[in-house]
Amino acid sequence: MEADTVLEVRNFSVSFGILPAVRDVSFSLKPGETLALVGESGSGKSVTSLGILKLTPPAPFCRIEGQALLRTRKGDVVDLVTASADAMRGLRGREAAMIFQEPMTSLNPVHPVGAQVGEALRFHQGLSKRAALAQAAELLDLVGIPDARRRLGAFPHELSGGMRQRVMIALALACEPVLLIADEPTTALDVTIQAQILELLQRLQQRTKMGVLFITHNLGVVAEIADRVMVMYAGRVVEQAPVRRLFHAPLMPYTRGLLRSVPRPDFSGAEQPPLEAIPGSVPDPLAPPPGCSFSPRCGHFAPGLCDSVSPPLSVAEPDHLVRCARWADVAGAA
Amino acid sequence: MSTTASTPPAGAAAQVIRPRGPGAFRRFSRHRLAALSLVLILSLTLACIIVPPLLPFSDTEIDIMQRFASPFTGPHLLGTDPLGRDTLARLLMAGRISLSVGFSAMAISMVIGIAVGLYAGFYGGRIGAILMRFVDAMLCFPSIFLLLAISAFLQPSVGSIIMLIAATSWMEVARLVEAQIRALRARDFAVAARAIGASDRRVMFRELLPNAVAPIVVAATLNVAHAILAESYISFLGYGIQPPTPSWGNMLENAQSYLTSAPWLAIIPGAAITLAVTGFNFIGDGLRDALDPRQEAR
Amino acid sequence: MSGYVVRRLGQSLVLLLMVSMIGFAILHLAPGGPLSQFAAGGDMTQEDLDRIAVQLGLDRPLPLQYVEWLWRMLQGDWGRSYRDQQPVLHIIGSHIGATLELMLTSTLVAMMIGAWVGILGAIRRYSIFDSLATIGAMVALSIPTFWFGLVVIYVFSVGLEWLPAGNRYTIGDESLLDRLHHLIGPCMVLALVSTAVWSRYMRSSMLDVINQDYIRTARSKGLPERRILLNHAVRNALLPMITITGLHLPALLSGALVTETVFTWPGMGRLFLDSISYRDYPVVMGILVFTSVMVLAGSLIADLLYSIADPRMGAPG
Repeated sequence: MEADTVLEVRNFSVSFGILPAVRDVSFSLKPGETLALVGESGSGKSVTSLGILKLTPPAPFCRIEGQALLRTRKGDVVDLVTASADAMRGLRGREAAMIFQEPMTSLNPVHPVGAQVGEALRFHQGLSKRAALAQAAELLDLVGIPDARRRLGAFPHELSGGMRQRVMIALALACEPVLLIADEPTTALDVTIQAQILELLQRLQQRTKMGVLFITHNLGVVAEIADRVMVMYAGRVVEQAPVRRLFHAPLMPYTRGLLRSVPRPDFSGAEQPPLEAIPGSVPDPLAPPPGCSFSPRCGHFAPGLCDSVSPPLSVAEPDHLVRCARWADVAGAA
Repeated sequence: MSTTASTPPAGAAAQVIRPRGPGAFRRFSRHRLAALSLVLILSLTLACIIVPPLLPFSDTEIDIMQRFASPFTGPHLLGTDPLGRDTLARLLMAGRISLSVGFSAMAISMVIGIAVGLYAGFYGGRIGAILMRFVDAMLCFPSIFLLLAISAFLQPSVGSIIMLIAATSWMEVARLVEAQIRALRARDFAVAARAIGASDRRVMFRELLPNAVAPIVVAATLNVAHAILAESYISFLGYGIQPPTPSWGNMLENAQSYLTSAPWLAIIPGAAITLAVTGFNFIGDGLRDALDPRQEAR
Repeated sequence: MSGYVVRRLGQSLVLLLMVSMIGFAILHLAPGGPLSQFAAGGDMTQEDLDRIAVQLGLDRPLPLQYVEWLWRMLQGDWGRSYRDQQPVLHIIGSHIGATLELMLTSTLVAMMIGAWVGILGAIRRYSIFDSLATIGAMVALSIPTFWFGLVVIYVFSVGLEWLPAGNRYTIGDESLLDRLHHLIGPCMVLALVSTAVWSRYMRSSMLDVINQDYIRTARSKGLPERRILLNHAVRNALLPMITITGLHLPALLSGALVTETVFTWPGMGRLFLDSISYRDYPVVMGILVFTSVMVLAGSLIADLLYSIADPRMGAPG
C-alpha cells in the first residue's frame, strides 16, 4: 500500500448467499481526495460502501472477500475484511465514518440529536456526557446549524431534512475520521439544499483532509464534487478515470450511455446534445448474460467477442481503466 | 438483486435466502408444526366420531364399584371418575360437544362479524361508524365477564352456549373485515366494477370479499381455538354445558376437589383442550404464512 | 399534544356511553330482567312482583330507566347488593385491591421474562432458542388458565408442598413474606399468557427496529453491540409494547377471574362469580361496568403514556 493512501481496496467481492452483489472491485483513495462511485440502483455501489465498513448482514448471510486496507491516523494499516468485530467497532466512527441517504430514518427518533452526535465521542474518546455534549454543540455549529447549543436537545423530527443531514454529517465527523463514506447523501434532499450540503462536505474535507468515497447516481453531483470517478455496472467496475477525462472521453459504452441519458452539467444550453435513454434493463444477477454483462444493451456489441468472455479491466491511460473488449474501437468511433 | 441504498440489507438477504415458493400449499406444509397440527386435529375429530361406540363402556354408565379407578390399571384405560364412569368414553363424547361448540360458534361469529364488517366497511357513513363504535365498546368488556354475565340469564344448553360464545367473539372479525373492505373499496378494480354499473351486492360479494378471504380464513381458524377455550372456561366455572352431557370444560368442574386423590381427572381433559387449542392456533399461524406471504418474514 | 389528549378523551367518553348502554341492555333485556331475582323465590304473587316493579321504577319506559340508571351511576350510586344491602361500589372497592395486586405483579413478571425472551428471539432469529420460544409462546396461549392453575397446585402444593394451594394469606399470619408466598402460585398462572403475549410482540417489534436505518447509523458510529441493542433498539422496540399492554388488559382481567377462582383469591373475579351464583344483579352489573371502565381507562392511559414516551407524538399534526 502506497504511503499517501487512506484506503486501498483490492479484489473486493460481496455476495448474499449464491448471489454476487459486488465482484472484484479494486481502487484506492488518497487523503483529501473524493472518489465518486456511480451506477444505477442494483449496480452494487451501495453494497460496496456498506461492505467496506462491514455494515452488511453478518457472515452466513453475506460473504465478503478481498482486501480493504485502511491507513489509520496513526499510520497503521488495517485490513477491514479480516478485522475482528471488536477491531471494526474501534475503527467505525473513529477512523472511518459513514453518511446515509435517508436523513429522515437514519437518526434515532427517540434520542435528542445532541446525544446522538456526542455518542461516538463518548465511546471513542472517553469523553464525559457533558464534554461530549459541549463538543457536539461545536460540531453542530461547524456543520452550519444555527443556534447549535439550543438544538442539542431537539429531536430529529423537529428538524428539516437538510438540517437532519447536517446532523448526520456532524455525527459522522465527530471523531475526525480519515475516511468518509457518503452513500447518496443528497439524493433525498431538495436541489437547493443539495448544493449546500455538497459545499459543506467540501469545506469540511479541506479542513480535515479526509478521503471521501461518494456514492451517487447523479452525474451533476459527480461533476461538482469528485476528483476521480468509478462507474459500476452489475456488480463490477466498468470504468475508472479522473472526472474531467471521464466526462470528455468516456470509453466504456455504458458510461457513454449514462452521460447521454442526462443533461450534461459541463455543457451550456446550446452545446447540449439530445438526450438518449439506454435501451433494455439491468441484467438478472442470478442469470447474467454470457460474456460482458452490458453486451445485451450495448450499441457496440460484437457477436462472438462480447458474448463469449467477460472482458478484463484494461488500462487505456495510466489513470484511465475500462472494462470493454472493444474500447479501442469505441474510442476511435467517437 | 435490487439492493438500493434504501433497502435494508438484512431484508435483501432474507429474500435471497428464503425464496418464496409458488404455492400456498407448499408454504403451509413447510410449516411442519402446522401440518402436524392439522393431522392432530383431524385424528382427534375422527376419534371423537368413530371410537365411542366401539368402547366397552358408555360415557354415562355409572359403576359405583369402579369409582376413581386409576388410568392404565384396569379395564378403564384412562381410569374412571367419582361416579365410576369411564374417562376415555367421557373424554371422546366431551370432544364431540366441545369441538362442535368450537366450530358452530366460529361459524356464527364469522357470519355476524363478516356481515357487520362488510356493511361498515362498504357503506361507512353514520350507521357504519356506530357499528364500529359498538364493536369497540363490546371489546371493552373482558370476555369472561361478559360470557358469565349473560350466561347467568340463560337456560344453559349446547345451543345457547354456542350462541353466547358467538355473540361475544365476532368483534375482532368485524374489525378485520371492515379494515380490509375499506382498503379494498378504494382500489382500482372495485372502482372499475362500480363504474361499469355493478350492483353494490355484486361488488361486495364478488369483487371485495374474495380479496379478503386470506385473513378471514386465518381469523376463522383462530376463532375455533378461541371458542373451544371459551366453552371450557364457562363450563369449568359451572355456567356452560351442564352435566350429564360431558364437555372438556365441565369434566374439569369438580376435578379440583379430587386433585390429591385422582389427579388424572384434572390432567386428562385439560391436556385434551390444550392439544386441540394449540392445534388450531398452529394451523392458523401456518395459514397466515401460507396465504399472506407479506407477513411471512415475521 | 393537548389536542390529541382532548380528542382521545372524547372518544373514550363516547365509548363509555356505549359500554353503559350495553351493560344496561344486558340487565334489562335478558329474559326475566332484574325482577327474575324476586320471581325466583317462588313465594311472591304477581301483585307483589308488580308492586316491586313500580318501586324499582321498572314499569317506566326503558330509555327513561336508562337515563336514571346512568345518572345514579355517575353520582356514585351503583345500587345495593341483594345479598347484604351493601353499596355496590363499596363491595367492589373492598375486592379490587387483591385483584390489582395479582394483575400488577404478574404483569411485572410477564414484562421481565417476556421482553427478554422476545429480544433474544429477535437477535438470534431462527435459532433453536427462537424456535422453542415461539412454540412455547403458542402453547402458553393455548393452555386454559384454570387448568394451568390446577397443574401448578398439583405440582407445587400437592406434590412438592412448596406453595399454599390458595387464599391470599394464612389466617393469623399476614406478614409480607406470607403474602408473597401465597402470591407466587396465582401470579405464575396469570403471568403465563401475558408472558407469551409480551415475548411474541416484543420479538416482532425488535425485528422491525433492528432493520431500521438508525440502527445501521449506530453501528457505523462504532458503538458496542450491547449499547446498540439496549440504547437504540430496545428503547424503540418498547414503545409499541405500551399499547400492547393496554390492549391486553381485558384478557388479563379475564385471566384474573379464572385464577382467583382456582386459588380462592379474594378478588373481584371471585366476587363476580359469587354474585352470579346468588343472582346478585346490582353487583354483577356493577363489576361488568367497572371492568369495562378499567379497560377504557387502561387504553387511554396507555395512549397518553405512549404520546409522552415517543417524542414524535409531540409533533404538530
